Amino acid sequence: MSHLISLQAGVANIAEDAWQFVALPPSQQEVRKQAGKVVLFKLTGEQTVTPEQIAGTLIPANGKVLVPLTVFIARKTELQARLDQQEVGVWLDTHESLTDLNQAQADLNALPIIAVHVERFADGRIFSLGTLLRSRYGFKNELRAVGDVLRDQLFFLKRSGFNSFAMRTDRSATEAIASLNDFSQPYQGAVDEARPAFRRYNR
Amino acid sequence: MYKYDEIDQSLVDERVAQYRDQTKRYLAGELSDEEFRPLRLQNGLYIQRHAPMLRIAVPYGMLSSKQLHKLADIASQYDKAYGHFSTRQNMQLNWPLLEDVPDILAELAKVEMHAIQTSGNCIRNITTDQFAGVAPDEVVDPRAMAEVMRQWSTFHPEFALLPRKFKIAVSGTKQDRAIVQAHDIGMEFYLDAQQQLAIKVWVGGGLGRTPILGTVIREHLEWQHALTYCEAIVRVYNLHGRRDNAYKARIKILVKALGIDEFKRQVEDEWAHLKDAPNTITEAELARVAQHFEPMPYEVLAQHDASYDAATASNPAFAAWAKRSLHAHKIPGYRAVTLSLKTHGQAPGDASSEQMHAVADLAAQYSFGELRVSHEQNLILADVKLSDAFALWEKARAQGLASPNVGLLTDIICCPGGDFCSLANAKSIPIAQAIQMQFDNLDYLHDIGELELNISGCMNACGHHHIGHIGILGIDKDGSEWYQVTLGGSQGNQASLGTVIGPSFSAEEMPQVVEKLISVYLSERNGEERFIDTVRRLGIAPFKAHVYADKNAAKAEGIA
Ligand code: HEM
Ligand code: SF4
Repeated sequence: MSHLISLQAGVANIAEDAWQFVALPPSQQEVRKQAGKVVLFKLTGEQTVTPEQIAGTLIPANGKVLVPLTVFIARKTELQARLDQQEVGVWLDTHESLTDLNQAQADLNALPIIAVHVERFADGRIFSLGTLLRSRYGFKNELRAVGDVLRDQLFFLKRSGFNSFAMRTDRSATEAIASLNDFSQPYQGAVDEARPAFRRYNR
Repeated sequence: MYKYDEIDQSLVDERVAQYRDQTKRYLAGELSDEEFRPLRLQNGLYIQRHAPMLRIAVPYGMLSSKQLHKLADIASQYDKAYGHFSTRQNMQLNWPLLEDVPDILAELAKVEMHAIQTSGNCIRNITTDQFAGVAPDEVVDPRAMAEVMRQWSTFHPEFALLPRKFKIAVSGTKQDRAIVQAHDIGMEFYLDAQQQLAIKVWVGGGLGRTPILGTVIREHLEWQHALTYCEAIVRVYNLHGRRDNAYKARIKILVKALGIDEFKRQVEDEWAHLKDAPNTITEAELARVAQHFEPMPYEVLAQHDASYDAATASNPAFAAWAKRSLHAHKIPGYRAVTLSLKTHGQAPGDASSEQMHAVADLAAQYSFGELRVSHEQNLILADVKLSDAFALWEKARAQGLASPNVGLLTDIICCPGGDFCSLANAKSIPIAQAIQMQFDNLDYLHDIGELELNISGCMNACGHHHIGHIGILGIDKDGSEWYQVTLGGSQGNQASLGTVIGPSFSAEEMPQVVEKLISVYLSERNGEERFIDTVRRLGIAPFKAHVYADKNAAKAEGIA
């Protein structure tokens, strides 16, 4: 059974996944993939993904593919025709940069889907990335959380602009749906409801 | 104080339901320890030495009598009939059962209380001056803004899982009493040249393992932008703060790594996008919240009260207490009163259920039914008539709440330490008790005068040892407990971090070490000079020389 929750017009359902998730091949080098990477990144320009990995990534020849950001950037020409057919989406890790994505793809809305991969559920960068994609970059299409996605973060993910959730497969996605509505009257404005309580109600 | 409307109430009620379900799933094995951990932490539940510890939020330290009665009842029903008031103005229960916590939360929700975000890697309880609203040197009552910020930070979706905990303090006085410089964000409210409410924003302070005082990131921020500006700061931190090493994950480390100029540039870049977004505070919202903090219906009284003057003249014990425990008030004839939770020999900050009930009654009778928790771990009745002070004292004394030691050496700030805390290197409560017994002579204590002595059981610094005039830190040497002493730390506008005086001491030596530090002060002080000022004037050398004199002599003999 599918573990994908799809949220459309405020209604959540279990949906079939139309996208093939394209993973990077394992790196031969020791990948220092710890969080906090972005600081290192900026200070040292260190790459997390090797050119060998990018070149070695197998992209299925047919159907809709969700490719890693680094692969998308490096092999965009190869993907262009399928991109025009709305068959290419991009996923990024929480330490990767939206500026890089935006430089490679000025019109993000040409992508039918962007996914953010969270390696550990406690990594809250995913919320800022979702918020920025929606509010700063005006991304309107499917925004998906993938990886260590658990029920107790769903409410926050939803409020940060995510509208599809690839739940960890060892847990019930059906039961998790309830947590999308853990709170009915949030205080602050966020992506799903920009107005804080004091602008929504005459308190 | 702030009263919930349906929106506030629905949020805490829904939280109880959510947490009940999470606990149920955990107990049923559907959530792993690791997955449950941040959930329970964000509800203030630690797993400690003996039992879980539950931290209950006391927003900016304000409590009503009704709430305190409830805390007392909860402590009786679910714990060992006492609670611990913490340096972050919250209350902790040391012995609740994990299974009972949802019920405790449901009880709290009945009196508009909760344990939301009292722990975990999120924005914590916002703290402020315990004399907010009544202090004569106050420029702006910070409580309305603190409440607006509390609401904004509660379940803020973008900041639910930060790299590390995040603490905000606000202050509206000339003399800072909220230690804004020791917080991740400190907000100092003031009136600008146009007499408009403005904020000086500090960032990157924090104690703990790497104590750092904050830096000013913005001298002038219009109050309307408080939330969006905080969002800009916390967003930069959320995205770029380190997550690979918990000890390097606080915002202070990021600010140091980037430098304040680069950090500020990034924040201002973010803010350019966020400024004027819907989270911008409206006049109407500030006014709505502020009406909950209107001045109390004070009586018109004279500056002096004859019965009070007579009581101080005839009763030295009362006079000694009044001298330490009564604090100036904006309104003539009123005083703020500190009830000491530092009775000698008792664990600092602990209050029994009986005491809590008593304080709740005293607040109802003498102080408009409200009270505050101070970061020095005492309880404050903010609006007491001078003419009631004597009656209040007698009742407080009967409950062991009238130690005349407020602001003195034995008003020790102390963390739970090795008796309760699994992170401890050493016990802290017995050290506090031993020092209190050493200085049990009241005249001597008053002669020594103002002094802040802070104790932490490990470098996490829950007891604020870095900013104690005398700081004591528990350390572990080959599995045994030792104590390192710092001198010259302080809170307030002249905040400073203490300097280590030398090698550490055993628990037995500690009372004598403090005694020696005091004897140097007493022989060196100029007139009314306070301990901290003598330390600042002389440096640590004379103190160090005296404390280690015997040790050095012993060593010298050994060599000879
Ligand atoms: C008994 C259980 C407790 C545990 C396990 C605990 C844990 C910690 C830890 C790990 C830190 C360091 C965090 C960091 O540096 O990032 C810390 C800091 C702190 N805790 Fe506690 N704590 C406990 C009790 C308390 C109590 C009872 C108080 C108040 C009396 C308190 C107040 C603080 C304060 C003020 C800090 C320093 C804040 C700063 O670094 O700026 N904690 N605590
Ligand atoms: S300072 Fe250390 S010993 Fe004391 S409560 Fe905090 S973590 Fe525990």
